[in-house]
Parts: sequence; C-alpha cells; structure tokens
Amino acid sequence: MAPQNGPQNGYSLRTLGTDAKLLLIGIPVFLWTIAPIYHLFLFAISPKESALGGKMWPDHPTLQNFRIVFMQQHYYLSHFWRQLWNSLFIAVTTGLVTLFVATTAAFAISRLRAKGGGLVMNFALFTYLIPAAFLAIPIYKTMGAYGLINHQWSLILAMVTIATPYAIWVLKQASDKLPYELDESARIDGATTLQLFRLIYLPLMMPSLVAVGTYALLLAWNEYLYAFLLLSKETDITLGVALGNFLAADDSPWEILMATGFIYALPPAAIYYAVKRYMVGGLTAGAVKS
Amino acid sequence: MSTFAPADQKPVAAYVPAKARLSSVQLWGMLFLAPYVLVFAVFVIFPVCFGLYLARQPQSYIRLFEDPVFSRAVVNTLVFLVIGINVKMAIALMLSGFFVQKRPWIKALSVLFILPWAVPSIPTLLSFRFMLNPEWGLINSIIFRLTQQDGPNWLNNPTLALSLGITVHIWKSLPFWTLILISGRLAIPDELYEAAAVDGASEWQKFRFITWASMKTLYITCTILSMIWTLGDFNSIYLLTGGGPGDLTHVLSTLGIRYLRLDEVGMSMASVVCALPLVIPLVYFMTKRLAK
Repeated sequence: MAPQNGPQNGYSLRTLGTDAKLLLIGIPVFLWTIAPIYHLFLFAISPKESALGGKMWPDHPTLQNFRIVFMQQHYYLSHFWRQLWNSLFIAVTTGLVTLFVATTAAFAISRLRAKGGGLVMNFALFTYLIPAAFLAIPIYKTMGAYGLINHQWSLILAMVTIATPYAIWVLKQASDKLPYELDESARIDGATTLQLFRLIYLPLMMPSLVAVGTYALLLAWNEYLYAFLLLSKETDITLGVALGNFLAADDSPWEILMATGFIYALPPAAIYYAVKRYMVGGLTAGAVKS
Repeated sequence: MSTFAPADQKPVAAYVPAKARLSSVQLWGMLFLAPYVLVFAVFVIFPVCFGLYLARQPQSYIRLFEDPVFSRAVVNTLVFLVIGINVKMAIALMLSGFFVQKRPWIKALSVLFILPWAVPSIPTLLSFRFMLNPEWGLINSIIFRLTQQDGPNWLNNPTLALSLGITVHIWKSLPFWTLILISGRLAIPDELYEAAAVDGASEWQKFRFITWASMKTLYITCTILSMIWTLGDFNSIYLLTGGGPGDLTHVLSTLGIRYLRLDEVGMSMASVVCALPLVIPLVYFMTKRLAK
C-alpha cells in the first residue's frame, strides 16, 4: 500500500484517487437517473399498504399487482390487453408507414435527384423542428375536419407526420454516402428504377432503415399528448392514455398504476438496447451536425 | 484505342438514351416523392392554414391578453427556458467529460444513464409525482424520518411546482444532450491534450482552450435546438402539475391544450400563434444550419 513500493503501485494509487473523485460524480448520477425508475418498480412489487409507507424495499414483495393487471381485475384496467395491443398496433404501423414514406422520399431526393427535392427537404426539416405540442391543436382540429377523430388511423397518421421529416433527413444523409457509380453501373446492366430501389438501394440502406423504423415505432409508443387528444374510447386508447386516465381518480390505486406503467416502459427500453448499435450511430450523428 | 472508334459514334450513342433516361428518372422521382408530399400537404400545410384561420379573430387575442393565466404562462415559459436549458446544457457538458473517462464502471453507468430518455414519459413522470405526494410520498417520508418534520407540499406551491417541472424536464432530456456532447468530445484529437500536457497546461486551461474551443459551436447549436424542443415540452408540466396549483404553472405548450379543453378553440390557436415570434426565427435558423 505504501507509495515507496514502486511505480506500478504508485500508479494504481493515483488511479484509485481519480476513481474516488469520479465516484463523487458517479454516485449522484446513478441515484438521479435511477430514483424515479426504481420508485416505479418499488410500487409495482409492493402490496398497497407497504407502497404508501415510504419504505425503500417492501417487507413482502409481491407479483400480485402484475397479476391484477394481467387478469384485468381492476375497474381501470378492464381493457388492459386491448390497450396494450392498441399501443403495439399503432407503434408498429407508424414505424412501417414512416419507413415507406421516408425511404421513397429519401430515394427520390438523394438518388433520383428529383426536381424540387431540395425544397421538399427544407420543408421536411422545418416540420421536424416545429415543436410537436404546437402542431397538436391544428392537427387535432384537422383530424376532426377529416372525420378521423377517435379512429386509430388519426394517431398513426399524426405520428407518421411527426416522424417522417427526421426519418427522411437521416436516410438522406446515409443515402448520400452511397457511391453514385453504383446506380450508374446498375443502369448500364439494364436495371429499372424500381429494381434499383428494391435490389440495390434497400439492402444497402438496411442499418439506417432499422434505426429510422425503430425511431418512429418508439416515438409512437411513447407518445402521450396526441394519443390523449385524438383517441378517447376505452377500447381504442393506448396504454399510455389509459395510464393518464388514472390521474382523474381521487383514490387511484397507485401500486396497480405503477405495475401497468412498468409493463408499458419495458418494451421501449428493451427495443432501445436491442438496436442501440444502429440507433446511436444513426440518430445522434443525425441529430446535430457540428 | 479511341483512335479506332468512329468519331461520331460516341456522342450519338450517349445522347439519345441519356435524354430519354433523364425524363424517365425524373418521372420516377416525382412518383417516389409523392407519398411524402401528400402527407405534408394533408397533415402539415392544411392544418397550419386551418389553424391560422381558426386564430383569425382579434377578440381571441384581446381575451388572451386579458387572461392572467396567459401572462403567467409567458413568464413561466421564459423561466422554464432560461433556467431549464442552461442548467441542462451545463450539466450535460460536465457529464460528457465524466462519461468519456475509460473505466468499466463508467461504461456500465452510461448504459443505465440513457434510461430516462429511452422510456416513455408517462410512467416515470407519474412516478415523480407520487414521490412528491405530501402525505405518503417517498421524499416526504425520508424527510420525516430524518428530521421528524413534515416536508413541504411540493406541488401545491407554484414556485416549487414550476422548479420541479424544470427538474423533471432536465431528468428526461439530459441523457440525450449528454450523448451528443460525448460524441463532440470524442471528435477532439488526443494529440491536442498531449501537447498541452507537455506545455504544462492546467486542467482548467485544457478545458478552456481545447475542450471548450472545439465544442463551442456544437454547444450553441445544441442550446438552440434544445430551446425549440423545450418550448414544445408538454409532458413535464402537464403530467407533473397539470398546470396547477390554480393554473399558475402553465407554459405555452400546455396553455393551448388547456383552452382546447375549455372549448376555446380560438384562444387555443391564438396562444400558439403568440409563441410563433419565438419559434419561427429559431426554427428558421436551425433549418439553415442543418441543411448545410
């Protein structure tokens, strides 16, 4: 332990000192990050009486709350499975439609150099930057005018509108990096535009497509504002809106609400970690170019 | 080799198909662009025009300006922006320096650190809300155990409630900005730090003249982008305080929805229009920057 034991030991002592200093940051960061998530989990596994006792760990941890949720045994959760399905359906459909719209647009702008493509790109960027909360009211009124309110497609289309601009932008950045000679030689070999798109462009863009599709899917799964504005029927709403509806009650069953919230938060976290490799590269590089 | 080829063959062969191909490619281009143009026209252009039409009546603005909730929301929004963004970006800058340290435990922590950003707002913000419950919330239970005193009624005091709204906003968006600034830090060449170390630069000097000098542009861009997104942050205030107590913690993004719920569509749109002088220049500036 003594420093005179040699340079090797002295070095590790210094490392230890730096580690101690880093821990002074690391521990608060850990607590700050995890506190509300741990609290969510704590409630989810606590019986009602101990949930409200301010304990850090329940005396009798239980899965009873999850059982109540899965068996739809509470008034607020009589449509749990239906709402979980709604969330899934809306998220997956949004991901697929966004992929279709954004990929065709990025292909047109970047590979076909469509006339007006630059203009469309600028409009898309502009839409991406307008805060979604400010578009919510006009979109809500518009969906009313289109007669789509309380149809799940209103939420899907709204989410596609919000996800597409950024998706186009990320895909265009990636697609500009593909060598143009590729298209040239494919055309010389007699490929039509459709074949070029299907057989060459899509396979090469696969990593970016995964990133963008996941981005749109997570955006729609996590959305609250648009979902609660556009959908209201118990059997149409997403799980997120159902969670929000608990707030209206005076005697909300917090432990069941938190168990539901925990279930709702799991898929995005899991998906995020599963495709992290694709997303972090694609999305952070896309988010801010320095 | 070219001397053996007939002189007139090359231009003719290249010319005719090139023209035919160009127009066909342009046609396909328009076809491929059509889905987005359609989405844009139907769900952006039309709603924006419709929204402006709904906001056309001057009475809406007069009533809006006379509503104390509106002026309070404007002040809250400015406080939210100035404090929220600067605190968040400063912490993100500091933490980006922490997370680039090469330690296995820091790597593990960085994986965990992303969680607030990766999971949906509603369960975690509700979790915050319950932690702050004055009677049985975790925070006041801890305060009572430590001091034998009752803690404050957090969300019942407008100043405290707004500060907590800012806090949960930072909790939610800090990981994203830290991630961006980490990628900015990683782009700085190591040689700069090595040279500075040889010259005997202090830690502060290294930060000031290398880190900050390299990241200043990125930091400012992030700050502006964060400003736009913070303006549009509906969840932090709505899910934590619902605009309460007594409508004193509304910000512009929750205010429009409040009027909508009161069936005041004109005022609802008017409040959005009032945010435009702040939003449009920022959005225009960022569009220019990103399109470069």
